[in-house]
Amino acid sequence: MVLSLLLASCASDGGGGGEGVQSQKMETIRSRGKLVCGVDGKLPGFSFLGPDGTYSGLDADTCRAVAAAILGDPEMVEYRDLNSSERFAALASGEVDMLARNTTMTLSRDSAGGNGISFGPTTFYDGQGLMAPVASGIKTLKDLAGKPICVESGTTTELNLADRMREQGIAYTPLKFQTGDQTYAAYLGGRCVAVTSDRSQLAAKRSSFPQPDAHILLPEVMSKEPLTPASINGDPAWADALRWTVYALFQAEELGITQANVAAKVAEAKANTNLADLRRFLGVEGDFGKQLGLPADFVPKAIAAVGNYGEIFERNVGAGSPLKLERAENRQWKDGGLIYSPPFR
Amino acid sequence: MTTSSSPPLLPPRPAPPSARRSWRGALRQELFATPLDGVISVLLLAALLAAGVGFWHWAFRQAQWAVIQANTTLFAVGRYPLLQQWRLWLLVTLAGATIGASWGLLRSHPRADRSGTLWPINDLVAIAVLAFVAAWLPVALKLPVPLQLRWWAITALLLVLRGVSGQWGQLVPRRLLRFLPLLWPALYLFGMVLIAGGLGVPRVPPSEWGGLLLTLLMASFAILLSFPIGIVVALGRRSTLPLLRWSSVLYIEFIRGAPLITLLFLGQNILGYMLPGGWAPDRVWRAAWVLTFFCGAYLAEAVRAGLAAVPVGQLEAARSLGLSVPQALRHVVLPQALRIALPATVGQFISLLQDTTLLSLIGLLDLLGTARTVMANPEFLGKNAEVYLTLAVLFWCCCAALGLGSRALERRLDPSHSPT
Repeated sequence: MVLSLLLASCASDGGGGGEGVQSQKMETIRSRGKLVCGVDGKLPGFSFLGPDGTYSGLDADTCRAVAAAILGDPEMVEYRDLNSSERFAALASGEVDMLARNTTMTLSRDSAGGNGISFGPTTFYDGQGLMAPVASGIKTLKDLAGKPICVESGTTTELNLADRMREQGIAYTPLKFQTGDQTYAAYLGGRCVAVTSDRSQLAAKRSSFPQPDAHILLPEVMSKEPLTPASINGDPAWADALRWTVYALFQAEELGITQANVAAKVAEAKANTNLADLRRFLGVEGDFGKQLGLPADFVPKAIAAVGNYGEIFERNVGAGSPLKLERAENRQWKDGGLIYSPPFR
Repeated sequence: MTTSSSPPLLPPRPAPPSARRSWRGALRQELFATPLDGVISVLLLAALLAAGVGFWHWAFRQAQWAVIQANTTLFAVGRYPLLQQWRLWLLVTLAGATIGASWGLLRSHPRADRSGTLWPINDLVAIAVLAFVAAWLPVALKLPVPLQLRWWAITALLLVLRGVSGQWGQLVPRRLLRFLPLLWPALYLFGMVLIAGGLGVPRVPPSEWGGLLLTLLMASFAILLSFPIGIVVALGRRSTLPLLRWSSVLYIEFIRGAPLITLLFLGQNILGYMLPGGWAPDRVWRAAWVLTFFCGAYLAEAVRAGLAAVPVGQLEAARSLGLSVPQALRHVVLPQALRIALPATVGQFISLLQDTTLLSLIGLLDLLGTARTVMANPEFLGKNAEVYLTLAVLFWCCCAALGLGSRALERRLDPSHSPT
């Protein structure tokens, strides 16, 4: 009873900003009091259950940020573990409000004639890479000429490797294995000088090796896998809210706003009327929230919940995690990466 | 039949070689009867020893069991809210008490035609194993001390009730004893209320059930409901009413014609489209119903085999005594058919229990799903062997319990010793 009253009051608070913005999905989320977020649930660094029964990972943090933005509370998320074959059906039938499930954005998934889903900003640029022992001295693809490379058979990985090597005219010996476990066992056993898979997978495997530091990921990326959160087509207001919440995490990193200093930044923006950009971004001034159908303070709420994009990356897959992935393409655009937020104006 | 037409008696066969042999003699005869036997035995024993030593070395030297120790709650109940877990403890306590009491009463009331001992050797072995596991496991899992104490208390309660009800069970009148089997469905229903909430207890949505809790719940739900379905459909398939017969055949053949994983996906994906949002049953319940109807079709065939094995004269005799068809089925045919079908039925239940691992493929956090999410935790990457071994042992225990229970039931229902 008390709980439902609380939820009702939350809902009306949240709805206050959304006058004039029509979104059935957002109405549903507010009246339910929870965001239903489809995740993989079994992917190292992206979404998995911790010993205390809470979800962690880059994808789970995306769900949290959106819940904080729309409902004001990052814990109001109901996670659904979805496998790759049912994820789009779950989205289309309305079982989940959004996907944050390492889904590669492609034309056929985006188009109305295909899966008909609506992609937000890419939160992780993955791609097929190569791993080799540091001691082997291999630095680039060229160094692999004439050498055996371990690869899982029957995957796109195998085809991509063949394509890239043929383009560059490098002869090599593919050693094919049925399962991932066999592939990495052969690599560790020294039967090949390199192993290929998605870079995030390679990093996850590497962290389970006896000596993770003895292996490096080569800089070459052989395929494009932009992992992107998504929502259903046909609710543009909800898709916008999702998109700009993720952009806010990008923008926060660019502006140096972190989980730790966001409260101070808000106070600073309130005190100094000259900081127009910061005031608008943090919802102190203007009506960005209202335009999106979100509460005015959705940006500080999201940042306070999970931190800016850089913090999310480092905590879950970067230096602060056992995966120790390089930022690489996932750096800010100013640093030569692809993470770029359009202006908050 | 007259005695004159019976065949002449065979001459008495020589007595079998003495059943009592010294263990040394037995060893020689079983393993080293001929030189070839001896070589094979030595090689096999050496291989077993090497495997055993290798496993021992891995399990106690190399394996890092922290992945299990840190995630015991997850493996046991999944994401069940911490504050509500007292309900599960209450349920385990009640189940322990019911097991102890039923066990003791079963021993103190042997079948009228059997001489039962109060403490058969099987029970002593079972009690010793139970006591050892209960004493060792909570310590090995490094559970917090209060939880260790709880497990010990529950085991002690079970064993004490086993002793008490065994010793003084004779004092319970047989009339009251007839209601004992009702204790189990009552406990099950009460358990469902405890787990799911309702009747004044806060609700815990199925999406937060997981681990062993979810696996056992799914399996027991499907087992309990598929049993009546199986009987009805088996009778329907033998019915003379064409509509009933054909719909039974259609149901059985449809289910048996599709792999379980296909049906599970069908249940998850189609129901969401067919029913408006919010109306479709929760994904956990969808899976439970799919499992139930899947198992029901196979059970129907097992029961049908049992029905076919009962001579038609049984039904005719019962009918000629004035029993109606339902009465004849209920009192004469079905008891015999179900006893014949028991081994096949339990085999089906065991495979159903193992089939629940498919739930992890539709994104539910059953035992295997929990294991996969635990292995995805970057802290425990690469600890697959430890996790899978734990899972295998857990499943083995559950299936062994089902198998042992069914054999005990078979013995108790075995008519060959019944008074003539």
